[in-house]
Amino acid sequence: MSSFLRRFYFALVGLFLAAPLIVVAGVSVNAKQTLAFPPQGFSLAWYADIFIDTGWRNALFASLTLAILSAALAVAIALPLSWFLWRRIAPWANIFQLLGIAPFTLPPVITALGLLTFWATTGLYGQPWTAVISHAIFFVTLPLVTLSLGFTAIDRSLVEAAATMGADDRTIFRTVVLPLITPYLVSGYAFAFVLSLNEYIVAYMTVGFTMETLPIKIFNALRYGYTPTMASVTVLFVVLAAVIYSLIARFGDLLKLLGANSEEQS
Amino acid sequence: MRREAPQRLSDYGPLAFPAIMLTVFFVIPFGTMIAVSFFQRQQGGFYTPAFVFSNYERFLSLFFAHVLGFSLMLAVLVAVCCVCIGVPFTYLMTKMSRRAQIVWMVALLSVLSLSEVIIGFAWSTLLSRTAGITNLLVTLGLMEKAVALSPGFPAVLTAMVYQALPYTILVLYPALVRLDPTLTEAARTLGASPLRAFFTVVVPALRTTILATLIMVFIFALGSYLLPQILGRPQHWTLSVLITDQAIYQSNMPFAAAMAVFLVLVTLGMVALTLFAGRKREEST
Repeated sequence: MSSFLRRFYFALVGLFLAAPLIVVAGVSVNAKQTLAFPPQGFSLAWYADIFIDTGWRNALFASLTLAILSAALAVAIALPLSWFLWRRIAPWANIFQLLGIAPFTLPPVITALGLLTFWATTGLYGQPWTAVISHAIFFVTLPLVTLSLGFTAIDRSLVEAAATMGADDRTIFRTVVLPLITPYLVSGYAFAFVLSLNEYIVAYMTVGFTMETLPIKIFNALRYGYTPTMASVTVLFVVLAAVIYSLIARFGDLLKLLGANSEEQS
Repeated sequence: MRREAPQRLSDYGPLAFPAIMLTVFFVIPFGTMIAVSFFQRQQGGFYTPAFVFSNYERFLSLFFAHVLGFSLMLAVLVAVCCVCIGVPFTYLMTKMSRRAQIVWMVALLSVLSLSEVIIGFAWSTLLSRTAGITNLLVTLGLMEKAVALSPGFPAVLTAMVYQALPYTILVLYPALVRLDPTLTEAARTLGASPLRAFFTVVVPALRTTILATLIMVFIFALGSYLLPQILGRPQHWTLSVLITDQAIYQSNMPFAAAMAVFLVLVTLGMVALTLFAGRKREEST
């Protein structure tokens, strides 16, 4: 394919990916409370609104809290599991790996409905912390996959050397293993964090009637009255995701995480 | 340190927390859902333990046959569109510099992590009368006056392709980036044009990868629960939308659960197909 055709094709796909976001960005700077494009007037008031309006601010706060806590819990589940699978030969333990990947592979509505029936049956339905556990289970796949990748990348002779010098499991983990897998740990956390921030259906089915996260708030606004604040929140989310992924790319090997050979080899 | 089998009970210690969490908060909820699918629904949104098949029997109506047929058709269509756009795109992307690849990947990941709510909102704005793409055409003098392009089937399909395309590219990427470059080089040396080399060498070499990707994108599209609701009319609702609707708005948990179990079975069937395709690939290499 000639260079021109290739560029044209990339531009087309790029435009397709960017078009809705460009329109939303345009809408978000409207001067009046209308969803007009091209924007009429220019105002950043809708960005300020995210932090000034109590409803939006509370939703932002709820979403951030949920994402920070659930991503941490997801990593707390994934780390010992992937360490165990790396350290021990226990084929039956792979079932937990499978269980960790299942919620993400199945259509999300299934995990959401399962958790809804579960919380309703136990009588805990609607408690804010149930959303943290629900999201952690839903997104445990991400740190699990990045950490498994991280553990396979560890050169076992390093660990063996430490063991020969008399270090026990705990010391080896702290001084050898942990520094080596930290990039994978961080990127696993970041993936889970960003996706939790954007997640709608599980949050809605578990705490939708007692708590408003940002995606729930946007959906409600979509039904009961448009405001340009929805657009400014969307832009904020896209920028946040792009910044976080750029940081992963800056400090880690993003392409290797996504399946390419590592940097040195290529 | 060599890997070794656990010897003492304390060796299992690290496994305890993940095992408990995944069992209590995934296996048990999943079981609860299956149990509820056999429960008897009471008036007012409650249900009582029972063992009835009435929730499953409700599928056997023409309406649900229609919904199921539409869901499957939509998911197949999305998967085919995404693979047709994604394979050449990913192939060309792997030929770019590492730096350019990273930039594209950051963009793709950012779009992929967008909430369905946000994608639905963005597309409904883009396709709306007041803020939509048609305004641009009016400004350019190509159209008489702005029109609304949603709700409708094209809107649902476009937004779902938008949602699934970054996923498709990420699924294809590992296989394509490791593709032996000598394959195409050989074809080029023998005088094939790049386009011809792509279709006669790259595509056949990736046959099973493409099949597996089709199935994975199909499952992904089957899970879309908001886009048909935001951008479509009720006749464009899929099984996932209907499950949400029954669970939340109709308060019919047993029926929603029965539909969800059915959706799991369809998905698992597809996963089995993927694994089967993967095994065939291993045999052939």
